[in-house]
Amino acid sequence: MNIDWPWPWLERNLDDIGTATGEHLYLALLPVLAGLLISVPLGWASSRWGVARGILVPLAGVLYTIPSLALITLVPLLMGTRIIDPLNVQVPLAIYTIALLVRSVSDALLAVPGEVTAAATAVGYRPFHRFLTVELPLAVPVIIAGLRVAVVSAMSLTSVGALVGIGGLGGLITEGFLRNNGVELVVAIILIVVIALVIDALLLLVGRVITPWSRAQQRTGAKA
Amino acid sequence: MIEFQAVTKEYPDGTVAVDNLDLTVEDGKITVFVGPSGCGKTTSLRMINRMIDPTGGTILLDGKDIRESDPPLLRRGIGYVIQHAGLFPHRTVLDNVATVPLLTGAGKRAARTKAAELMELVGLPAQFAKRYPAQLSGGQQQRVGVARALAADPPVLLMDEPFSAVDPIVRDDLQQQLLRLQSELDKTIVFVTHDIDEAIKLGDRVAVFRVGGRLAQYDTPSALLARPADEFVSSFVGRDRGYRALGFLTASGVPVGPVATVKIGEPVGAVDGGWAVAIDTDGRPLGWVAADRMSTKDLAVSEGDLISGGSLFEVDSTASGTAGSLRNALDAALSSPAAIGIAVDGDGAVVGGVTADTVLSALADARRSGEVPT
Repeated sequence: MNIDWPWPWLERNLDDIGTATGEHLYLALLPVLAGLLISVPLGWASSRWGVARGILVPLAGVLYTIPSLALITLVPLLMGTRIIDPLNVQVPLAIYTIALLVRSVSDALLAVPGEVTAAATAVGYRPFHRFLTVELPLAVPVIIAGLRVAVVSAMSLTSVGALVGIGGLGGLITEGFLRNNGVELVVAIILIVVIALVIDALLLLVGRVITPWSRAQQRTGAKA
Repeated sequence: MIEFQAVTKEYPDGTVAVDNLDLTVEDGKITVFVGPSGCGKTTSLRMINRMIDPTGGTILLDGKDIRESDPPLLRRGIGYVIQHAGLFPHRTVLDNVATVPLLTGAGKRAARTKAAELMELVGLPAQFAKRYPAQLSGGQQQRVGVARALAADPPVLLMDEPFSAVDPIVRDDLQQQLLRLQSELDKTIVFVTHDIDEAIKLGDRVAVFRVGGRLAQYDTPSALLARPADEFVSSFVGRDRGYRALGFLTASGVPVGPVATVKIGEPVGAVDGGWAVAIDTDGRPLGWVAADRMSTKDLAVSEGDLISGGSLFEVDSTASGTAGSLRNALDAALSSPAAIGIAVDGDGAVVGGVTADTVLSALADARRSGEVPT
C-alpha cells in the first residue's frame, strides 16, 4: 500500500472529502435523532408497565446483536427501497439507536425517585405535563450517556453502508482500498474518529449545560 | 371542613386499607392521624386530594363531594408536604416553591416574588433561592417542602410524615415552626405520623388508627392520654402517658424558690445545699458548680469547674409545645445534678429553682381543683 505525504492528494480532493463528511453526518445523525424520538415513548411505556418492559428491553437486546451488514442488506428487501436509498443505512442505524436507548430511557425514568413523582402529582401536575417537566428532565443525564454511545457507534456503523454504496466517509475507505490509496484510507478513518470524538464531547457539554443541578449535587454531596 | 362519611378503601386483592371511616376534620385546626404501619392513615390522607380514590363512602371538602372535582385542580388548592420533602431536584429552591403559583397561571415574576415571601416565612435565608435541593440539609429541604405547599395559600394542608426522616433536634425545630406558622395562618391541617409523641405535641385533635384501617379513637391529646378508649389505644399511647399528660398542665402554680448563682471568675462563697448555678453576664445558666467539692470556696469559678446537665424550665412561657408545663418543670428538676430544676424567664435568665416535690404538690393541687381529667 502506498502512503505518500498527504498534502497533494488532500488538496486535490478537499471538496470530495467535505461532501463525504457532510453525507456521513447526515447518514449517521438523522437516524440517531429519529431513534431518540422513538425511544422516549417506548422507554416511557416500559418504565410504566412491567409487561412492556418484559417485551421491549429483551427485544432491543436481540436487535442490537443482528450484524449490521445483514440489516443493511435486508432493509431494502423488506422496505422495497431502491438499492442506493440512504434509508437503507439510516433505518438500521435508527434501529440500533432504539435498541440502545429504550433501555436507557426506561432505566432513567425508573430511577426518578417515587416521592418526586408523588409530590408532582400532589401539587397538581397533569400526567403528560409532569412527564415533560419533571420526569424527562430528571432522566436527561442517563439518556445523554446512552445517546453518546449511540452516536459514536452510529458514526462507525455508517461506514458499513459503503458496502452497499451509501457510506459517507466509508465510501472513501472502500475507494482508498480499491485504488490502493493509503492516504485516502487513513484520512477517512481519522476523520470518522475525530468527528465521533467531537460529537461525543459536544453531547457531554450540552448535557452539562442543561443539567446544572446534577453537578450541584456532585459538588457539595447530598447532606443528610 | 373535611368530612369522611363511611369511607372504605379495599384493594382488588381483598386488602382493606381503610374500613368504614367516619371522621370530621375541623377548620383551622391540626388534626393528626396516628397509628402503626398498615393502619390506613396515609391512605386516608391521600384520599383527601384524590391521590387514592375510595371504593366506598364519600369525602366532603367544605360540603362538596371531592369526586366532583378534577383531581389536578383539586390538588392545586390543597397543600401537600411529603416525607423526604419530594423536592424537584432539577429546579432551584425558589422555583420549587414557585411550582403551584406557576401551575395556577401566575406569571413567572409574580410566582417568584410569592416564593421569596414564603421562603422568608419558613425561615430560609434568601441566598438559598438559587441553590438546588441537593445542596440543602434534610431539615432545610423539609422547610422548602412546607414553603412549596403553602405557596398558593391553600386553606387545607396535608402533611404525610413530613418530619420522620430528619434527626430529633431538627424535627423538634420543624415542629415548633409548624406550630408557629399555624398560629399565624390558621390552616386546616391533616398531619400523618406514626409517632404518638409528635401527634400529641402537634395535634388539636388526634385520630388513632388501628391495623385494618379502623378508627380506634378520635379525641383531644389530653383526653387521649387520660381516657384511652381501649387496650389498643392505651398500649399505643404508651406506658409513660401519665408523665406525658403533665405536658398539658401549666406550671404556673409551681412555686419558684431561690437558687444560688455565681458568675464565672467570681468565688463561690458559702452556698447552702452545696450547689450553685454558674451564669453568664446576662444571667443565663452555664452549668452547675458543686461548691462543697471545690478545694477552696474563695477560688474563682472557671469554666472547667462546671457540671453540665438539666433541662431548663421556662416560667410564663409564650413558646408552644410543652414549655412552661408541669412536664417541663418536673423534667428540669429530675434531670438536674443538683435535683433543682433551673427556672428561666423569656430571655433565658435564671429566676430561681424548682424541686420535684413542689411540682408534684402542684399536680396534687391541680387534681383537687379538677383541672386534671380523670
